[in-house]
Amino acid sequence: MSDLLANKEAAVQAVVEWMTKKAGNKTKFYFNDFSKIFPDDKPRDIKKVVNKMVEEEILEYWSSGSTTMYGLKGSGIQHSSEGEE
Amino acid sequence: MAKHKTPLLDQLESGPWPSFVSDLKAQAEKRAKNVEGVEFQIPQDCIADLLGVVELSYKHGRTHWKHGGIVGVFGYGGGVIGRYCDQPKLFPGVEHFHTMRVNQPAGKYYTTDYLRSLTKLWDLRGSGVFNMHGATGDIILLGTTTPQLEEVFWTLTHDMGQDLGGSGSNLRTPADCLGQSRCEYACYDTNALVYFLTNQYQDELHRPAFPYKFKFKLDGCPNCCVASIARSDMSFIGTWRDDIRIDQDAVNKYVENAAGYPANAGAFRGSRDWGKFDLEKEVLGLCPTKCMMFKNKKLSIDNANCTRCMHCINVMPRALKIGKDTGLSILVGAKAPILDGAQMGSLLVPFVEVNPGNDYEAITQVIENVWDWWMEEGKNRERLGELIMRQGFQKLLEVTGIEAMPQHVSYPRTNPYIFWKEDEVEGGWERDVDEYRKHHLR
Repeated sequence: MSDLLANKEAAVQAVVEWMTKKAGNKTKFYFNDFSKIFPDDKPRDIKKVVNKMVEEEILEYWSSGSTTMYGLKGSGIQHSSEGEE
Repeated sequence: MAKHKTPLLDQLESGPWPSFVSDLKAQAEKRAKNVEGVEFQIPQDCIADLLGVVELSYKHGRTHWKHGGIVGVFGYGGGVIGRYCDQPKLFPGVEHFHTMRVNQPAGKYYTTDYLRSLTKLWDLRGSGVFNMHGATGDIILLGTTTPQLEEVFWTLTHDMGQDLGGSGSNLRTPADCLGQSRCEYACYDTNALVYFLTNQYQDELHRPAFPYKFKFKLDGCPNCCVASIARSDMSFIGTWRDDIRIDQDAVNKYVENAAGYPANAGAFRGSRDWGKFDLEKEVLGLCPTKCMMFKNKKLSIDNANCTRCMHCINVMPRALKIGKDTGLSILVGAKAPILDGAQMGSLLVPFVEVNPGNDYEAITQVIENVWDWWMEEGKNRERLGELIMRQGFQKLLEVTGIEAMPQHVSYPRTNPYIFWKEDEVEGGWERDVDEYRKHHLR
């Protein structure tokens, strides 16, 4: 596991910064996109950190039903923009 | 009187088959009357509006559902699919109409008490409309609103001992046939293995990190009642490696058309006059590898050439039985035709033991090696079958550590060249020039 991924706080910060920087263009990301932040790490190790971020409500899932994507919580289309609270 | 006029849907009811339109109309009426006094937690007229929006879609020739969303239950990345109507003013009852998937029990064994609890819950907190079952065997609950999702999930998990199924880039709900619980052809206990895999891979089922969907399906024998070979990324099909067991007396009873020995266990009896049973025409002549012979009232099978097609066993179940040394074959890469057309599964492991005693180690090893490769190399929305096409079956053999064998060959090679890798050649690519020059002058 890379030093960046092993340091949970730094890893979370790196993910948030990367997603925030991209937020002008898009708000939902594939799981594979995280390998751009942690290029030397195995997907299973990255998954542990990303799952923790979902649990802590830093990230949220978006699902089409067939594909799942990740976004910063509150960014992009939300319940309210679908007329639902 | 119906809330919306539905002439196009009404026409669908005129066909010979049971109609979903009639079912929806009945449910709309049931909710309108509400004889049981249910305190509906979503709009009472949601089904009337559902009929309205479906009618509009037929009229326009395009859907009025928006696809996907952030809806879900806490901690789960699957099991809930967001559905929103793009005509909320016309059909407010289905403005938010999310789908939930419920992980069906192994072999789809339900108690009536369980089904009553489920319908009661869904009448209260959803539309009351089910799809029994989805493509992975899930019970599909069609139509509820976001505030009801956690409520439904709480009741399912706390009161009914029931989990949600898979959706999105997850392991989908594993599906199986009835297996040894009902079927004499089953070569392994599909119910036990599907239960084990479901528990073992909970993280993969609920927390999506795959490039796309991944499906397990389990068939107890090569009859493939679940059609795992065509419908799953990884298919587990029961097989045997010894000989088909033959009861010669029973074979002759079939030949003599004896009472109690109808072909195909009488499955086709009465559909038309099939005439007398003809072993030569109906069994030996239809054997795909022609590995059977009947001479002097004795049936013999060249088992080494048998492909386990099951035809002879299906036709004469009282005379022929599966072997005793049973296990399963693993096939990989089947998929529907979104990219590159539909694909059937390719045989990866011809025979593997099914041993619950060591937590099915031989099977989980293959699964996890395949996943590690696909998670690293798979592109976004690329199914395993597409990755195999892109990088080659040989690569799959490398990552799973499986030696190539004749059963892997589906057709003769079309490329005359053989490209060796350095580690496959004795001494590698390095050579001792001095040693070479001893024998070959400049």
